[in-house]
Amino acid sequence: MSDSPDPPAPLLHLEVQQVSVVYSNGHHALRDATFALSGGTICALVGVNGSGKSTLFKSIMGFLRPSAGQVRINGQPVAAALKQHLVAYVPQAEEVDWQFPVSVWDVVMMGRYGAMNFLRIPRAADKAAVEDSLRRVSMWDFRDRQIGELSGGQKKRVFLARALAQGGRIILLDEPFTGVDVKTEEAIIDLLRELRTAGCIMLVSTHNLGSVPEFCDQVVLLNRTVLASGPTADVFTEQNLTTAFGGVLRQFHFEHSTIQEHDGRTVRLLTDDERPLVFGKDGHLEYKDREGREDLVRQREEQGG
Amino acid sequence: MNFFEPLQFEFMRHALLTGSVVAALCAVLSCFVVLKGWSLMGDAISHAVLPGIVLAYLAGWPLAVGAFLSGLLCSAATGYIKQNSRIKEDTVLGVVFTGLFAFGLVLHSRTESELHLDHILFGHLLGITDSVARQVYGVGTFVVGLVLVLRRDLLLVCFDPSHARVLALPVKFLTYLLLALLVLAIVVSLQAVGIILVIAMLITPGCTAYLWTDRFDQMMVISVATAVASTALGILASFHLDGDSASCIVLAQSLAFAASFLFAPKHGWLASKRRAARNSAFPSAVS
Ligand SMILES: Nc1ncnc2c1ncn2[C@@H]1O[C@H](COP(=O)(O)OP(=O)(O)O)[C@@H](O)[C@H]1O
Ligand SMILES: [Mg+2]
Repeated sequence: MSDSPDPPAPLLHLEVQQVSVVYSNGHHALRDATFALSGGTICALVGVNGSGKSTLFKSIMGFLRPSAGQVRINGQPVAAALKQHLVAYVPQAEEVDWQFPVSVWDVVMMGRYGAMNFLRIPRAADKAAVEDSLRRVSMWDFRDRQIGELSGGQKKRVFLARALAQGGRIILLDEPFTGVDVKTEEAIIDLLRELRTAGCIMLVSTHNLGSVPEFCDQVVLLNRTVLASGPTADVFTEQNLTTAFGGVLRQFHFEHSTIQEHDGRTVRLLTDDERPLVFGKDGHLEYKDREGREDLVRQREEQGG
Repeated sequence: MNFFEPLQFEFMRHALLTGSVVAALCAVLSCFVVLKGWSLMGDAISHAVLPGIVLAYLAGWPLAVGAFLSGLLCSAATGYIKQNSRIKEDTVLGVVFTGLFAFGLVLHSRTESELHLDHILFGHLLGITDSVARQVYGVGTFVVGLVLVLRRDLLLVCFDPSHARVLALPVKFLTYLLLALLVLAIVVSLQAVGIILVIAMLITPGCTAYLWTDRFDQMMVISVATAVASTALGILASFHLDGDSASCIVLAQSLAFAASFLFAPKHGWLASKRRAARNSAFPSAVS
């Protein structure tokens, strides 16, 4: 085994270089996709259904061999990174058989298999890691439940705990907010922020456009290729999103945007669906929580002013 | 006559022991077959071994070797055709195994041999030879031992192959290993219960256990326990009823399944009805 007690390299790099993927039925799902991420980032992967988000995840995990281009992790091929257990994956809910006879504890323990010997008998350190991970996602009290006996948000948190227990440094989350209540969504986002501080790379596919500017510092816009990638403020513009989604997005227009006078009036938009994205009059993003972002708001006022 | 009286006969004790080993071997694998959704695969392999048995007989090889190769050929051909055509896997499987089975029947009818077709199709537990019994014990110990050692990894591969791959586990190897163990189990069990009924031994105990528990290790224990108990019951009953032993064993397993379907405490029919009634009585308690 190549396991070594050394801490992982402090700087983490994920490079997707001109990746094209063709499925065996001839469908060209990705063409010439290129972007790069470095440690300490939460990156949103945004695109319509069928734009190739899951395909991109599968290429990064090495399940699909690109017909052209390559994925490099810390300058190495994917297979080498997998051997070091650097990559963790939080699957889409539909991919999991929820009737499977395994408990919450069992699932999170599966995150430790890479670190165990081949008999997979947990040692004290493995049990401690599982307990710690379950506590971090507030699922410790549910450890003996069969996984089907959980709510949508709890299910997500179990698989997130598995990624934590694994100690993955590059964490791929496929639609983690689908079918999840707002409280869980915020809990997951808080956890992702902690992991960002710890230097991890998180790639999160989501339809939840409204929350992207709140927690993602980078965005990759996808539609069978990378349309744009980079810092959220540069990429997540009304124009780029219109290009990415065509006419698919629902639009609301407010005549009196309050973006310049946010102290005086507020715009309120309620939906029972995904959280909406609100743009100001000049195409500025509206953030839900302004705390910690005063400089951004000020900066905008200067630009707009 | 006392129900257990048949045990005074040597051949009955023999049949009971061999039958129990076959039952336990199949029951352990049946947990994986059920969870992986491989029941049609098991059925297909068990039919597809027939041409291998006849050809091995003609070539003077051990029959089990021919059966093993023929079973593997079935799953390999299915995989290849599925990869290279637009046809779905279960359909391909249906075409391949019936073709191989028919080929085996034709081969057998064209061969002057002492191979009893009805022994191959329906098994011959009461007349099992010592060498076959030794084969069953040897393969049984090997397969069950290997599965117990690797059960965590095999379970992960069934449950979440993506996670297994991300951890750099040899997913392909483990999948084919499980398949090969399945073929091996079918081949040795054939001689006891026959081509037609071996699939029941590979599905029913796992299904029964799945209704009783939400833990995999418990599922294995329950599966083996019901399979062995049904086998003992079936063999004794077949003596008293003068019925076919393999059929009696499978019938006993089916009855165990039916009872579990109705009365299993967790996922049985009664339990879920009762739960539904309770929940509608106190709707606010549901979340
Ligand atoms: N196994 C497959 N074989 C053939 N085509 C596929 C396969 N998986 C996905 N596709 C196709 O590739 C495209 C991208 O799919 P996917 O990556 O799942 O999109 P997303 O996750 O963004 O919704 C879709 O048009 C889909 O139909
Ligand atoms: Mg998808």
